[in-house]
Amino acid sequence: MDMFRRTVLKGVGASGALAAALAAGALKPTQVLAAEEWNRAAFDAKDAGVALKAIGAGSAADSKDIVLKAPDIAENGAVVPVEVISNIPNTISIAVMSLKNPQPLSAAFDFANGALPEIQVRVRLAETTQVKAVVKTADGKYFTTQKEVKVTVGGCGG
Amino acid sequence: MSDPMKIRATLKGDIADVRVMMSHPMENGQRKDSAGNTIPHHFIQQIWVELGGKVVIQGQTGTSVSRNPVFGFKVKGAKAGDKVVVKWRDNKGETRSDEATVS
Repeated sequence: MDMFRRTVLKGVGASGALAAALAAGALKPTQVLAAEEWNRAAFDAKDAGVALKAIGAGSAADSKDIVLKAPDIAENGAVVPVEVISNIPNTISIAVMSLKNPQPLSAAFDFANGALPEIQVRVRLAETTQVKAVVKTADGKYFTTQKEVKVTVGGCGG
Repeated sequence: MSDPMKIRATLKGDIADVRVMMSHPMENGQRKDSAGNTIPHHFIQQIWVELGGKVVIQGQTGTSVSRNPVFGFKVKGAKAGDKVVVKWRDNKGETRSDEATVS
């Protein structure tokens, strides 16, 4: 495992900034949802509840302070634009999930050094599903909101 | 080697609006080729965004991110001329790094 970690650092740390950030403890894996190693347990999970637990968000509370923008109807499930803006103070991470996808977790992002807690991403949806945004705050609390997207043509197979 | 990313970093006040398009097949391991063989997984797993030499966004992605992924981020405290560096690493260990300037 350590070899893998070294490779990652070598691969991406050309400028040294990442290595410096890691050394300074700015991106300690325990502090962030998307740690330096890919969270296989979370991304491979075939059940949304399992994926939520794997990112530590087993008991996320619903929040109206998360803005989740996604189309009501997606004609093409292969490319569905999703935008998440967190108005919750001290947001440090945002994850996007699609509850009925074969693997529900799509992406997770950590913010530092002035990055605003908002992201835009394009995801595949297999079928009509609830899209869920999960927010983590600096004190380790999780919040969530969701929105249904109707899918005309699924975007996973073919 | 994959094609370069398209990175645009536009300054609004002191906030950099960063948009990135990565060139990547993002194969989800469920599609089949014309002979009926499953096309293996090939997808970006990790991304990093740096502004002015500091990591501002660290992300992880799964197979349900669309082909040729597009991301949008905003970073406060930016100024014109700051360098934006975006890196990704996929499940085969391939990496790519590209940069742009905030303007």
